[in-house]
Amino acid sequence: ILNSGCNNNVKGKVKGCEPRVLSLQNILSLILFLLPASALTTGIYMIFSTKPEMATQEVQPNETLTNLKAESDTLKTKLEDERAKLHDVELHQVAEKVDGLGQFIMKTRRTLKGHGNKVLCMDWCKDKRRIVSSSQDGKVIVWDAFTTNKEHAVTMPCTWVMACAYAPSGCAVACGGLDNKCSVYPLSLDKNENLAAKKKSVAMHTNYLSACSFTNSDMQILTSSGDGTCALWDVESGQLLQSFHGHAADVLCLDLAPSETGNTFVSGGCDKKANVWDMRSGQCIQSFETHESDINSVRYYPSGDAFASGSDDATCRLYDLRADREVAIYSKESIIFGASSVDFSLSGRLLFGGYNDYTINVWDVLKGTRVSILFGHENRVSTLRLSPDGTAFCSGSWDHTLRIWA
Amino acid sequence: MDFNKQRQARNNKIHSENSRLHSTLRMWYRGGGEASGDEIYTGYNMTTHQKGALQCRSAYRLTANMTIRTLRDYGQHYRPRMACLKNVEVFVVEMQDPKSGVKGADQKLNVTIIPHVINGQDILAWIVTKMKVTTEEAQAFGTMLVAYGYIYPLQNHRKLVLVPDSTLYRFQTPYFWPVQKWPAEDIDYAIYLARRNIRKKGMLEPYEQQHYDNLHKWMNPKWDFIVMQATEQYKANKERKKPDRVVLDCQERAYWIVHRPPRRTHSAMDYGLDRLIDPNAEEVLTFDVVRRTNIFLTQALMRSAVKSSVSLTAFVKFVTTHHNHDPFLTTPVPSNPWITDSDEFWQLNSRSVDIPTKLSVERWVLSFWELISDPRGRVDFKLFLKKEHSAENMAFYEAAEEMRWGAASAIPEKSQFIFNTFLKPGAPRWINIDGRTMGLTVKGLVVPHRYVLDAAQTHIFLLMKKDTFYRYLKSPVHKDMQKRALVPAPHVFTDAQLEANVRNRNPGISPILQWQQEEEEKAAAAVAARPIDVKAMVATNKLDRK
Repeated sequence: ILNSGCNNNVKGKVKGCEPRVLSLQNILSLILFLLPASALTTGIYMIFSTKPEMATQEVQPNETLTNLKAESDTLKTKLEDERAKLHDVELHQVAEKVDGLGQFIMKTRRTLKGHGNKVLCMDWCKDKRRIVSSSQDGKVIVWDAFTTNKEHAVTMPCTWVMACAYAPSGCAVACGGLDNKCSVYPLSLDKNENLAAKKKSVAMHTNYLSACSFTNSDMQILTSSGDGTCALWDVESGQLLQSFHGHAADVLCLDLAPSETGNTFVSGGCDKKANVWDMRSGQCIQSFETHESDINSVRYYPSGDAFASGSDDATCRLYDLRADREVAIYSKESIIFGASSVDFSLSGRLLFGGYNDYTINVWDVLKGTRVSILFGHENRVSTLRLSPDGTAFCSGSWDHTLRIWA
Repeated sequence: MDFNKQRQARNNKIHSENSRLHSTLRMWYRGGGEASGDEIYTGYNMTTHQKGALQCRSAYRLTANMTIRTLRDYGQHYRPRMACLKNVEVFVVEMQDPKSGVKGADQKLNVTIIPHVINGQDILAWIVTKMKVTTEEAQAFGTMLVAYGYIYPLQNHRKLVLVPDSTLYRFQTPYFWPVQKWPAEDIDYAIYLARRNIRKKGMLEPYEQQHYDNLHKWMNPKWDFIVMQATEQYKANKERKKPDRVVLDCQERAYWIVHRPPRRTHSAMDYGLDRLIDPNAEEVLTFDVVRRTNIFLTQALMRSAVKSSVSLTAFVKFVTTHHNHDPFLTTPVPSNPWITDSDEFWQLNSRSVDIPTKLSVERWVLSFWELISDPRGRVDFKLFLKKEHSAENMAFYEAAEEMRWGAASAIPEKSQFIFNTFLKPGAPRWINIDGRTMGLTVKGLVVPHRYVLDAAQTHIFLLMKKDTFYRYLKSPVHKDMQKRALVPAPHVFTDAQLEANVRNRNPGISPILQWQQEEEEKAAAAVAARPIDVKAMVATNKLDRK
């Protein structure tokens, strides 16, 4: 059996290199006696397969679906064992030395009223006071949240604008939703100018746009869509630079890594998975599947070594990227309704979560306990983001308002 | 003639279909006895016709003591989108327990007596004891119960909130509980509205009238069926006793307010858009998917991971070092702009300020990345580099960043500029990188792409991070800045001053103007950094040889 397995695998993976294969068979037959079969197959995969394009190579008749599934299971258990070996301490144990947090007084400092329908998404400008928000009726409004003045307003041709982003320079906003596109609107100092005239259609997906974000400049946009893919676009030409496939269902959220190299981003989807991607190659580097329901929101830890996710199963979870595992679950028996949006405070000590039961829960990231619960919204909290300098956070809700909390 | 025959044939067909449906309807409608959970939910075992019957009209029975003991599995093995419903129903069932649940009483409404009415206060008290939460949290949970339609208010039926006083509520019958398996269909709604219309013309509210007109337009072919159903239900309704009828009406009205909310009613069943993938569908694992999973897993096995103790300690360290810089943990000085309406905090930390605050300077010391992320910090670092005559490193890093994140059309010219300025042998701002990296980069620049400078950029970044940064920290530039750094006094505003602040909120500079300013400064700096062309200066008589 081992011999036949060996032959098939070798032949399947090394096409057009038959002479080399024949000479190596002697060596392989020696190895056969020393290693178990599953390790052998993985060993051969590693020896002969160096590029991901292996998936497109021809199918061998013996590689049935059941064999592959069995292999998949063994690999998964092996990976879990490897990771479990490295897991020597829990987060709350390490956090015992840290001081507890005192009482927090967080109040609504500004209420921004002006949307006529559910607020779906918002983003901060780098100047720490302006925000852009989008709503169900197709309106995208740019506010100066400090003075609560509306500075610009755009009416999109579609309803349900689920994604909006402010450009790092502060000179443009991007938004999209049911029109399957992401459009960039350059902002102007002239209040009376019709912004829709200079609109630029950048991204094209085959289903609704769920999230978009500018990378480190105005020239590139990262989008995620209901069709299960994420994509990186060049704004000027509208060209697709890289696409990311791997989610089996709608992708609902994404976040760019704040690290020095700035090459990765994380996305969460309806298939309960959170995937970390390499922007350069388009490969999925890490994948986490511990949630029990759709992941509504993902956000990186300020240091870039971890990320948090909020999901419909009413939990928020913290995933460590270096240890490659989930390290904390933020849940309570009295919290039953899903988390729609999460964000960290500047030091990473606090995790703010906006939930579908109209409340915002504040968690102590290290100790895993809930620090505070904020009331005020009259419908579900759909979006929540910390300001760039960490002085306040803004929550947008389906009750047509946005609130700034500090 | 032909046309009439066709119409007759169609009517016969509908009639025969309906007669089948009618028999099933009568079976449900005329039935009596205690409502048990299983009977109502035999939709799982019914034929499509019977299910259609159940969907097409509301079959509901009312008993005075409605106790639901069985908990159902919705068959939601995969990806339930409303995972909360299962957990909520556990609570609702416990609430209705005659011994330990919320106590109900009979309530007189007009002439009829409505049984089993509960009080807002009692619900709140029960939730507080059961879930061990504060009153506010209990109210939030109670409001969600009303918003999902598990409890409905008797008066003020449009406002779906829990009011913690003597406002009256009733438990909704399980038939009308929100379920993910089948949604509230438009055809049911049409039948309901039609029945209301038959009962009394002009009884529909404006938003209902709008819905009715829309449905009439959309469902025109089925309208005969709808009207027939509505009349059947109306007749059956008339045979009921008055109290039953009143309660039934309330229940159905509550159901439709939750599923077709009028404007300004926040209903939790208004969940937004459907996700593209069916949450109740089974996941199909194709050959390709499994193969890709295997490749991913083998690659994951090859990657090394860090021990939990190491990475978790790193988190704790990060939190402790940044504790003083987090405005939520340490009050910012002079004051948080959002709380006192004074934007001095932003002004003191802006890019163009002369002397930075002590807190900023402390933050720069934490890591090289923090230093160059802060615009003011980067200015300081560049000043130091200029003194060290290694400003080309930072300039190269910035130029490479611009290329990496810039427009695709600008790549060829940018790469050319970078090559001429930084990489060419004898270039004016030649960067000092090892031969191998230089070779790779120059070779790659023949066909430039976005990431061609990655290797060189990483090398320069690491050089600055591991060497230049530490020399900067020891340098007189930095030490001097640390001495001079401001510690602004915390604001103490009186109430009158706070009100004045609110009135005089500073509008600030538009980010567009700031961006334009920065671009101009960058251009000026680029011009200043260009190597001096001696011949040109002589030609314009700037250098006087005398």
